[in-house]
Amino acid sequence: MIKSFIAVLRRDLLVAARRRSDWLNPLVFYVIVVTLFPLGIGPDGDLLRQIAPGVLWVAALLATLLAIEGLFRSDYDDGSLEQLVLSGQPLTVLVLAKVLAHWLITGLPLLLLSPLMAIILQLNLTSIPALLASLLLGTLTLSLIGAIGAALTVSLRRGGVLLALLILPLFIPVLIFGSSAVIAAEGGFAVEGQLSLLGALCLLAVAFAPLAIAASLRIIWE
Amino acid sequence: MFQWFHRLASLKNFYRLAEIITPWLTVICAGLLAVGLYRGLVVAPTDYEQGESYRIIYVHVPSAWMSMFIYMVIAFCSAIYLIWKMKLADIVAQVSAPMGAAFTFLALSTGSLWGKPMWGTWWEWDARLTSELILLFLYIGYMALRNALDSPAAGAKAAAILALVGVVNIPIIHYSVEWWNTLHQPASITKFDTPSIHISMLIPLLLMALGFKLFYLVNMLSKTRSVILEREASTSWVRSRLQENKL
Repeated sequence: MIKSFIAVLRRDLLVAARRRSDWLNPLVFYVIVVTLFPLGIGPDGDLLRQIAPGVLWVAALLATLLAIEGLFRSDYDDGSLEQLVLSGQPLTVLVLAKVLAHWLITGLPLLLLSPLMAIILQLNLTSIPALLASLLLGTLTLSLIGAIGAALTVSLRRGGVLLALLILPLFIPVLIFGSSAVIAAEGGFAVEGQLSLLGALCLLAVAFAPLAIAASLRIIWE
Repeated sequence: MFQWFHRLASLKNFYRLAEIITPWLTVICAGLLAVGLYRGLVVAPTDYEQGESYRIIYVHVPSAWMSMFIYMVIAFCSAIYLIWKMKLADIVAQVSAPMGAAFTFLALSTGSLWGKPMWGTWWEWDARLTSELILLFLYIGYMALRNALDSPAAGAKAAAILALVGVVNIPIIHYSVEWWNTLHQPASITKFDTPSIHISMLIPLLLMALGFKLFYLVNMLSKTRSVILEREASTSWVRSRLQENKL
């Protein structure tokens, strides 16, 4: 079981390393969305600092949404997803490996880039640890929830808009706790509460999302 | 023990049962709504704080209750459908979704109408209004997914999974929105909802709530019947009924 987990993880990382646009595009999207806000609102530093937590979080959420659509797409098209479903290995474990690989190639770079984005939005440097911690737990949860939607819509030719409709409402708790952690850090308050809640959501998603993802994938070949 | 369950699960038997009870339920429902509306709009006293405009709760509160109740019905039916592959449960979930969305919309629009004289604004980012809005999104997503998939069977299963994912998330969303709301809005708006409500206002509210439930039930049953006819169109019992002109 662990072997198959590692095998899927390695394969997906290898595929991603050879296809740069998959992980680079959401990242560039993230940077551009963050850049649009000062252009739309004005260069007032105080105002930007005030809205920065929300903007960073919404941008990260949209970038995750954009990236997650491709999670099963190419594997579905070339038939390797069907092989995974038929492989006889526990599908929940395999999809967990796929989501983890996907997070490593899309979520992690986004995390590493976010301090830079925080700086251009004039966020205080002291809130960056809170931003990173909340994004670490939050984007992992978002990837897991998003994967359910990706699995439900992978057999559709144009699933993108539908995917957004299905999973954005489910992203709301993560957004609320994530951005409020950064807001609290900005105000100089403790952030443990928000981070604990994010951690709880993340554990909940790790435990239950693979079941829903596996069930959604099985429907396609029934 | 499961015998009645199986018998009910047969689409033909359910059709027959629904046919018999629908007229009765319709009469009771109309009676409840008439009495509830009369007692709520005419008999119940005027609120000393909110004046006459509080009377919108006789539509608003039952709709809000129904919006959540119907989502629970959908989730419950989805679980039954996924576990026992009971077709009837899928049909009930399918026909309930548009009604649930309609009740959610009704709750939102009456809430907004009530908000204008009370809060002085059409929309307040109040925790319950926001949760209702998110619930509406969940309903829309559910219906969109069911319609998007080509095969009805795959659509039914995908929608059922989504409904279960949604029902796990609803409490989380609800409490996170409530927490968010108290965090961002420190008692700047006056809370009108006192926990106690006078009995003369409560009785019509409960009558209306029961009336709304029956209204849903009547509509759900008649829509379920038409979907059953559609799906079973090629079976002998539908054909023989068609020939006898008794549908």
